Amino acid sequence: MIEGMTALYIFMLAAVAGYEIIGRVPVILHTPLMSGSNFVHGIVLVGAMVALGHAQGPLEQLVGFIGVVLAAGNAVGGYVVTERMLEMFKSSKGSK
Amino acid sequence: MMHNLIQISYFIAAFLFIFGLKRMSSPVTARDGIFWAGIGMLVATLITFLEPGMHNYLLMTTAIFVGGVAAFWSGKKVAMTDMPQMIALYNGMGGGAAGAIAAVELLKGEFHSQTFLTLAVLGALIGSVSFSGSMVAFAKLQGLIRRPMRFPGQQLFNIAVFLVALGFGAALVIQGEFTGSIILIFFAAALAYGLFMALPIGGADMPVVISLFNALTGLAVAFEGFVLNNAAMIIAGTVVGSAGTLLTQLMARAMNRSLGNVLFSSFGSSDAAGSDSVEGSLKPIDAVDAGVMMAFAERVIIIPGYGMAVAQAQHKIHELMEMLLARGVDVKFAIHPVAGRMPGHMNVLLAEANVPYDRLYDLDEINSAFPQTDVALVIGANDVVNPSARTSPDSPIYGMPILNADQAKNVIVIKRGQGKGFSGVENALFYGDNTRMLYGDGQAMVGELIEAIKEL
Repeated sequence: MIEGMTALYIFMLAAVAGYEIIGRVPVILHTPLMSGSNFVHGIVLVGAMVALGHAQGPLEQLVGFIGVVLAAGNAVGGYVVTERMLEMFKSSKGSK
Repeated sequence: MMHNLIQISYFIAAFLFIFGLKRMSSPVTARDGIFWAGIGMLVATLITFLEPGMHNYLLMTTAIFVGGVAAFWSGKKVAMTDMPQMIALYNGMGGGAAGAIAAVELLKGEFHSQTFLTLAVLGALIGSVSFSGSMVAFAKLQGLIRRPMRFPGQQLFNIAVFLVALGFGAALVIQGEFTGSIILIFFAAALAYGLFMALPIGGADMPVVISLFNALTGLAVAFEGFVLNNAAMIIAGTVVGSAGTLLTQLMARAMNRSLGNVLFSSFGSSDAAGSDSVEGSLKPIDAVDAGVMMAFAERVIIIPGYGMAVAQAQHKIHELMEMLLARGVDVKFAIHPVAGRMPGHMNVLLAEANVPYDRLYDLDEINSAFPQTDVALVIGANDVVNPSARTSPDSPIYGMPILNADQAKNVIVIKRGQGKGFSGVENALFYGDNTRMLYGDGQAMVGELIEAIKEL
């Protein structure tokens, strides 16, 4: 179990990390990076799986099921779209 | 033993997410960034199946399959120009998933402490708002909702809806006992708020809003991570939350508008502004003359905008660039931070067409070069080259940094018709003495330019 203060520290440090990552990014990468971070919060899939895994009764199961479907969409869609965008940076480098 | 294995896997996943995002922040390493982040996701997902005490595996696998296949298929199929709305869509799904997690936990009603309960409710609120708001953003960019919806007293109404959501959320926290109807009203109000918040926002502001919802989803995921005691969710969610917030600010700043301005003011709805202040006339040119002008220029700057994306003209533009380069013309691309529907949207499209990214210049890098430029070719851009932003204080876009295309010796504007830009503001550049209008579809017109240069 993550204790209260520890949780707060994790929260703070992760926030700083996120801020630093974006801090000096060239404009050309803004869209891919937004898409990439969109993929990263697809980790909600893990939580949705746990929630569904402990769900009891049809209502909880239904809501949990919807949650997993949505989360899987977030993760997979986010990856595919980001990958397609970044793929182009290779071709532009190759043609130089 | 199993517990440790799961925890270590989550640790690795969290590290890979941060590492991947960091790699994604440089053009050289960006491509393997998403790969490493993807590995992290795979590790975290697979290990979660081993979480003790779970059931419903069949449902779980089915759900992953359904959501995954649908998203994979739509993500592969979508055209590059439609990427922004897909980001909005997938982001909304993430927010919805965070809301669903909270809903399941609330229905179960077993919370270790008041703090966890509060976080669950907050995450649910933010996630739900992000879900319905992102869906509206998707619908708008997809053209399903054509115009911003506004009505008198809208802001008061929105605040009221928000307060209802907040009130019922607080009731859940304080009461500690969860009746279905309170949960239902709480979620309904939260979803309604996201809907009403996004409806009045104009299409030109959508990138900023999508970025904001992206950050909000991250935050919601982090909160639900606390509730489920899942470190990977806490870290990944928080990183996205803060990175997304900064990204949102950068975008808003590029448009010279505050976030509050984007969210709460009705941009472009003031019909009076800017419509009567433009003098001069629109002077058309044909493709042959324009082609000659460019072929014998020394320096050409191409300014793409959303119109280029719509016309799918980026490949033709690349061809034009190659031809001009072969003739010894210096060709540069000027990319406004908010050209298109997202920052970097133009860069992505031009990269797709093999335009090397060292030919693309930011606003700050290129603006000083316009006075020495023979031809500025504007294709499908409008508001980002409107000199009214510099000269006319009563224009709604006054103060927004623009590309100073009007300072080039000649300006050629490729444009489909005589309509206004996304902001609904008349563009003084089009009426300038040094400006010629080339009317037609972007792709077709660039094709004609290429033909004209070929025949020289």
